[in-house]
Amino acid sequence: MPDPLIQVQSLTTQLGDPSHPLRVVDGLDLHIQAGETFALLGESGCGKSMTALSLMRLLPPSGRIAAGVVRLRDTDLLRLTEAEMRKIRGGRMGMIFQEPQTSLNPVLTVGDQIAEAVRIHEGRSRAQVAGRVVELLRAVGIPDPEQRAKEFPHQLSGGMKQRVMIAMALAGDPELLIADEPTTALDVTIQAQVLRLLKDLQRQTGMAVLLITHDLGVVAETADRLAVMYAGHIVETAPVADFFANPAHPYSRKLLESLPAAEKRSGRLAVIPGRVPRLDAVFHGCRFAERCASVMDVCRTRTPAWLEIANGHGARCFLWDSEVAGEVAKAAETPHGAVGTASLSSATTDAARSDERGAPLLSAQGLQVHFPIHHGVLRRVVGHVRAVDGVSIELREGRTLALVGESGCGKTTAGKGILQLIQPTGGSVRYRDQELIGLSNRRMRPFRKDLQIVFQDPFASMNPRMLVGDVIGEGLQALGIAKRRADRMRRVAELLDLVGMDPEAARRYPHEFSGGQRQRICIARALAVEPRIIVCDEPTSALDVSVQAQILNLLKDLQARLGLAYLFITHDLSVVAYLAHEVAVMYLGRVVERGQVDEILDDPRHPYTSALLSAVPVVEQDKRRNVIRLDGDMPSPSHPPSGCYFHPRCPQSFERCPHSYPEEARLSETRVVSCHLTAETR
Amino acid sequence: MRLDWTLRMASLVLAIWVLCALFAPVVGLHPTKVDLTAILAPPGERSLLGNDDLGRPVLARLLVGARTSLIVGCLVVAVSAAVGTLIGGIAGLSGGWVDALIARVIDLFMAFPGILLAIALAGVMGPGIDNVILALAAVGWVGYARLTRAQVLSLVGRDHVTAARALGRRTAMILLKHLLPLAFAPLLVEATFGVAAAVVAEAGLSFLGLGVQPPDASWGNMVRDGVSYLLVAPHLVIAPGAAIFLVVLSVNLLGDAFRDHLDVRLRVS
Repeated sequence: MPDPLIQVQSLTTQLGDPSHPLRVVDGLDLHIQAGETFALLGESGCGKSMTALSLMRLLPPSGRIAAGVVRLRDTDLLRLTEAEMRKIRGGRMGMIFQEPQTSLNPVLTVGDQIAEAVRIHEGRSRAQVAGRVVELLRAVGIPDPEQRAKEFPHQLSGGMKQRVMIAMALAGDPELLIADEPTTALDVTIQAQVLRLLKDLQRQTGMAVLLITHDLGVVAETADRLAVMYAGHIVETAPVADFFANPAHPYSRKLLESLPAAEKRSGRLAVIPGRVPRLDAVFHGCRFAERCASVMDVCRTRTPAWLEIANGHGARCFLWDSEVAGEVAKAAETPHGAVGTASLSSATTDAARSDERGAPLLSAQGLQVHFPIHHGVLRRVVGHVRAVDGVSIELREGRTLALVGESGCGKTTAGKGILQLIQPTGGSVRYRDQELIGLSNRRMRPFRKDLQIVFQDPFASMNPRMLVGDVIGEGLQALGIAKRRADRMRRVAELLDLVGMDPEAARRYPHEFSGGQRQRICIARALAVEPRIIVCDEPTSALDVSVQAQILNLLKDLQARLGLAYLFITHDLSVVAYLAHEVAVMYLGRVVERGQVDEILDDPRHPYTSALLSAVPVVEQDKRRNVIRLDGDMPSPSHPPSGCYFHPRCPQSFERCPHSYPEEARLSETRVVSCHLTAETR
Repeated sequence: MRLDWTLRMASLVLAIWVLCALFAPVVGLHPTKVDLTAILAPPGERSLLGNDDLGRPVLARLLVGARTSLIVGCLVVAVSAAVGTLIGGIAGLSGGWVDALIARVIDLFMAFPGILLAIALAGVMGPGIDNVILALAAVGWVGYARLTRAQVLSLVGRDHVTAARALGRRTAMILLKHLLPLAFAPLLVEATFGVAAAVVAEAGLSFLGLGVQPPDASWGNMVRDGVSYLLVAPHLVIAPGAAIFLVVLSVNLLGDAFRDHLDVRLRVS
């Protein structure tokens, strides 16, 4: 094996009070070869970002590297002076961050910011710098780079900003690029663009990439090798193909099993019980022992050593230790532990219901939400943001309709418009033959009981000054269902039990709970008034995969038990495949295609749906599609393009598309598409 | 709360202030008893802080005057905070023309120096402690209204407020349960500073002869009466001046500490 580009040995990074430190990185070993993509995979709080910051020596003020060696070729990075390290940063090692929005200085032009990086590391003359900036912007695929260099960050979209960040990192021709969740804040189609760009740049320049991510799909599509981090150290390292074929560590297996996917529809997703251990603890055994399905006695008393399983594939687990394991290893091979089968099976009831197609519980026809744009002293209305511009959907009892689309397409506004939390400006929403649009607050109140909502951010969706019991009981009190506090608290205890939490939780405050627990509390609050319909607005996108699995399982169980209808708003198509019965795809305020879930996912008819599906990174090699690249970004909903809104980005647009918005074409009883192509071919 | 010695001193001063206000009238002091033999007597064995131009004991007048400043300070803050919070909350929550109107009225009041308006109001209504309170509250509510409105506007878009609306909460209950409790911390800090401001304002108005009327004592009119004898009997001004200074400083220090205390709690949660 050639000498590695970067070699990290027993790196230990501590945060906070030295007498009682948080060991955020604890004895980490890794090496990256020149030109390879190495992924560091893990859930939030496992120390992967801290590892990246340690390599760059950019730790927060309370952090320090307590031990270890970081060697870049022949340079020992931890021995360099700060001045020498500054030459390395942005020079031999570049870094890009998760949030392109906050990583750029809003008061300097993009060109100036890149020029700064160029000047520091290349020492060129003024005239040459401008040329190099344009060259870099062109290299990261920004159209019209001369013009763009003069623009400010707010004039660029999120994907463009991330490209600018990459251009800055490339300015010093780095040997290693550290990308810390580079696409987490971006939409899938933009994510596909950025990942492709990184791959192309890597091929051209021969740099190595350390990709830090929690997204298994991204790893599978882009990385060569990967390491799984848990509680501050690496538990498994493997070539990517090996890893997805034969994950060695029980934690890795659970992560893969907890990914939602179409073929897991009939069952429940695997969950990892418990939570990540606190990093200020001193560990005596395996750090994963408390949550491991295949735990043995030895796991709690001895620390597992690093074991090489195959060439380049290693894990830190006693299951692979031939002395200890023996017959126990066989038991661990069973893919689903006790957790997977224990609770009620939603599969049968699910299948029984799926054939029913009764009258819809709620139907929205041509729903519009336009926000006026005011201008000038007199606040005249000069235009409208057409956030939702004619959405028609139907919700049925016991069924889930997924509303899918990228950020800014109006899916959240549509959800709130249906619940009358934002006043729609047109169309109709009928719930059980009653028109909801235009009802006063007072007339709307009886319907509130039946229509509930669960939000994306479980931290902001609860009042921090209210006890959990009062949060859950709020609807019971507000609608006069249980007027006496004792009655309310009894019901709250039942609800907490229903969502799988200890009834004791009612006497505590929201900040004492983890993200997943809080989301359960929010679901309990919505369930308290016994609704018929719940709008779930990206309920799992702020959560880790294993916690997401718990929430999805819970939602599925509740639907089977209570016959709820869900309007599930999401951008995550694997969740859609797992949970939804029907899908509506939104683009720029309008539904472009809707139908049964398998129809849409297996045979998309609208070019946008096809592009969206192709952009989703998937774990299984054989299921990968050719990414249909969409150029540019979603236009602004205040000035939608003429004709079909999608035509400027559509790879298949033809002469009719810019002239008229396509009529809805009904392909089957369940399937509707708005595209000139389908009208043409019929 | 961590109590270092400045905070201990501040708490002590405020405790004395409150005790004086509560008990000075009942312990048999004679703040209005004229003693012509002791006119302008300096501090000494006769009376601890000397006597004024009519021979009245300065110490007794100071202790009784504490009552006036406490009543004015607390009542002005209570009335203006209650009115201001309500108006600001309504403005922030209802939006539209109601909000625009209230915001303009607040701007109008802000554009005018508050103490000038209070002087004009107190002048129109006539002297007296109740009119002082009304005049100061009439200009004092604006700060609370503006603060509450800003807080409500920033909180009203939060998911838990939307959730409460989805659960059918009435608007008034949303204001009471979800908005005001979260806006409470900055309002509380504003209120502590308001107490200090009201004590100074009362002294100012009494100094101008619009507040407490002779022969009753207040720190403000003690300063006013003493000014004419500043050169011959400086203790007439120094004693009430020092009292105002100490109380205002203490209230401000405790207000600061209180704000820090609340900040820490927010950081922990």
